Amino acid sequence: MRKRPVEERIKDFEEVALGFSKEEAIAEATRCLQCKKPLCINGCPVQINIPKFIKEIAEEKFSNAIKTLKETNSLPGICGRVCPQETQCEMFCILGKKGKPIDIGTLERFASDWEIKLDQRPKAKSQEPRAKNQEQVKLAVVGSGPAGLTCAGELAKMGYDVTIFESLHKAGGVLRYGIPEFRMPRDILDSEIQYVKDLGVQIRCDVLIGKTFSIDELFEAGYKAIFIASGAGLPQFLNIEGENANGVYSANEFLTRANLMKAYDKQYHTPIKIGKKVGVIGGGNVAMDSARVALRLGAEEVYLVYRRSEQEMPAREEERENAKEEGIQFKILTQPVRIKTDDKGWVKEIECLQMQLGEPDESGRRRPVPIKDSNFSIPLDTIVIAIGQNPNPLIPSSTPNLKTGKKGTIEANEAGATSIEGVFAGGDIVTGAATVIEAMGAGRKAAKAMDEYIKNKL
Amino acid sequence: MKLNEIVNKKELAPSVKLFDIYAPNIAKKCLPGNFIILMVSEYGERIPLTINDCDRAKGTIRIIVQEIGRTTQELGKMKVGEIIPNLMGPLGHASHIEKFGKVVCIGGGVGTAVMYPIAKALKEKGNEVITIIGAKTKELVILEEEMKKISSSVHITTDDGSYGKKGFVTDALNEILSAQKIDRVFAIGPLIMMKIISEITKQYSIPTIVSLNPIMIDGTGMCGGCRVSVGNETKFACVDGPEFDAHKVNFDELLHRNNRFAEEEQHSCKLQEK
Ligand SMILES: Cc1cc2nc3c(=O)[nH]c(=O)nc-3n(C[C@H](O)[C@H](O)[C@H](O)COP(=O)(O)OP(=O)(O)OC[C@H]3O[C@@H](n4cnc5c(N)ncnc54)[C@H](O)[C@@H]3O)c2cc1C
Ligand SMILES: Cc1cc2nc3c(=O)[nH]c(=O)nc-3n(C[C@H](O)[C@H](O)[C@H](O)COP(=O)(O)OP(=O)(O)OC[C@H]3O[C@@H](n4cnc5c(N)ncnc54)[C@H](O)[C@@H]3O)c2cc1C
Ligand code: SF4
Ligand code: FES
Repeated sequence: MRKRPVEERIKDFEEVALGFSKEEAIAEATRCLQCKKPLCINGCPVQINIPKFIKEIAEEKFSNAIKTLKETNSLPGICGRVCPQETQCEMFCILGKKGKPIDIGTLERFASDWEIKLDQRPKAKSQEPRAKNQEQVKLAVVGSGPAGLTCAGELAKMGYDVTIFESLHKAGGVLRYGIPEFRMPRDILDSEIQYVKDLGVQIRCDVLIGKTFSIDELFEAGYKAIFIASGAGLPQFLNIEGENANGVYSANEFLTRANLMKAYDKQYHTPIKIGKKVGVIGGGNVAMDSARVALRLGAEEVYLVYRRSEQEMPAREEERENAKEEGIQFKILTQPVRIKTDDKGWVKEIECLQMQLGEPDESGRRRPVPIKDSNFSIPLDTIVIAIGQNPNPLIPSSTPNLKTGKKGTIEANEAGATSIEGVFAGGDIVTGAATVIEAMGAGRKAAKAMDEYIKNKL
Repeated sequence: MKLNEIVNKKELAPSVKLFDIYAPNIAKKCLPGNFIILMVSEYGERIPLTINDCDRAKGTIRIIVQEIGRTTQELGKMKVGEIIPNLMGPLGHASHIEKFGKVVCIGGGVGTAVMYPIAKALKEKGNEVITIIGAKTKELVILEEEMKKISSSVHITTDDGSYGKKGFVTDALNEILSAQKIDRVFAIGPLIMMKIISEITKQYSIPTIVSLNPIMIDGTGMCGGCRVSVGNETKFACVDGPEFDAHKVNFDELLHRNNRFAEEEQHSCKLQEK
């Protein structure tokens, strides 16, 4: 797939990956062997019929391809861009055994962009209620990330009257406040959200469930079932000295200022301050995004400080490559131990320990072990902590009887049912920080379960 | 009335304005100590403001704003009938109100507006409320009449001596503490004021509550920008506060943190004036 040249792209927030032209898409699709037992499907968390949609692209039946994708994936334009295909479908593709696997993600993106950009999307009209007794059945969804949007869309298609409650002033969840525009253009996101609205879903922003309304109050207001998709928005910190110094951001704060509040655009008023030398702590997608945002905001040097080696980094391969191409310097096997400040409370440097890899830990990755007396310092002006997010505790703590797991996740079964009747949950709030496609899959499953629940009750 | 419509506006002092806003869902639930986050335009910042009062029957909430920067100035220009594009709440923990006995409530500047609902609730619970209001100069003294209705005495200090006693709220506090036994102190105002009050009441071992005003974005516990050190623990003021035990707060750290965007704020204000 083509990408914009580094010198050009690091100066703005426009999309880096350019996707396929029609000819490129057809050529790539034609490479597919159309396996009898397609392994790629096993790698897909929502079991898209991959060979089918690829064949449809090869045959230039793009509207069929998008239909096939949407049978199981409501947000192909988004997933095509952000799924970690190298550990999912593409990892299993038979062609990958000897050479290059089919670029399934970019084909998925192609089909979706074709539909959105050429305005080929069938106009969603509020669907006829499927059964009479479903008329006016009101359902609530909490959170407008991929899980919430998907669940709401599916329920609306079944004929329910669905309202999404979102605490921020804009819908989209992490896709809005976390993932930067150069990876996830906002017109694509906006058009996905518009589609959900066109299906009849009402999105009410500026409503914080647990504060503005409790879960009980939603029931009292006439919502018959509720899907909680409030995500994993609680930033983790390192708990080291100096972490509250000026110039230290959580990745959530840094990315929210840049993406949701658009601090990089002079028209918007929210400030963001960036030093010449920036250190991002972490090795996941959030860390890569933070580092690349820092670069685009004008940082001269950006370091990615990670305690294991590159092999263990959880970030998508494509983003790792993009980051390196753009000049992000990887400081691997490096564990921060202290942040030092000047007398005005601003970050001056970070003291680190050199690490080496030991035995595998419970995640299967080799555990980093500190090398004794290996302390060294990196001078920095700005630090972004991107070491993970936990579920937001607000809803669990304000909802008695809602059972939670060890890390503050909401406990839900396969179908999304929680310990409270009529309350379902899915996405990062149930799994802990995971992926867009898994959140979306959970939203679909919960929609089915909620439909069954309502039908049994009425 | 439309949601988030400004239904009443009043100038309390130069650059201090009161707004009543139609927000029935918030009015129905809000308690003393809660705040909201609002935006004045699509391009604006999200800023936190305390709910000063509410009228559950009318479905309105009251905020009192001091114009100190771009967003508060833009809000100050909004008129009755206009709609605030985004407004969310009620946020934060409500104040812990019980019968303590004799309490001193100190409001510095616009902090008096934040203090008022708490003082009122303390009075309603049966406490004797002694109020200290501090301001730079006479015309910046706000809510004197309202405070008088709920206090056994109201002490006013101004920096320039143009009204009440010349001096700082801390002078008035020292005087009160040396003369009588006080069970609890509540202080809301500039950080430096809260810091000094905390140092004074520590000597007397009087439990003291302050309401902190760190820079916030979401107000939901998502960004961590509002973090403060309290008793060596990191707390998010928007969800864990905004009220904390003054004797445990690291004021110096917060004084630094609130200067994080000083340069950018200056710039933003200048742009606004153009
Ligand atoms: C910077 C970053 C980069 C990422 N990159 C990738 C990637 O490349 N590929 C990938 O697959 N995954 C990626 N992820 C992970 C992925 O974005 C998440 O797994 C996914 O968004 C989870 O979806 P969700 O719907 O469960 O929650 P979220 O997307 O977190 O949405 C939850 C929504 O609920 C709202 N909310 C929370 N509490 C309340 C409440 N009490 N009341 C009302 N609303 C509430 C929140 O404001 C938010 O809008 C990334 C995550 C981040 C942070
Ligand atoms: C819980 C809480 C309750 C508050 N209640 C009131 C109130 O009732 N009345 C009132 O007049 N003020 C109140 N404030 C302060 C008010 O939020 C700030 O004055 C306002 O955000 C300034 O914005 P600005 O753009 O006008 O000024 P700026 O020029 O942007 O900033 C001026 C100063 O305000 C502070 N500030 C800036 N942005 C923010 C932000 N997003 N969040 C918090 N502080 C910020 C900074 O310390 C800064 O130095 C409260 C603050 C908090 C945290
Ligand atoms: S495994 Fe690869 S070659 Fe086989 S059907 Fe899937 S994409 Fe095509
Ligand atoms: S304002 Fe973002 S966590 Fe408190």
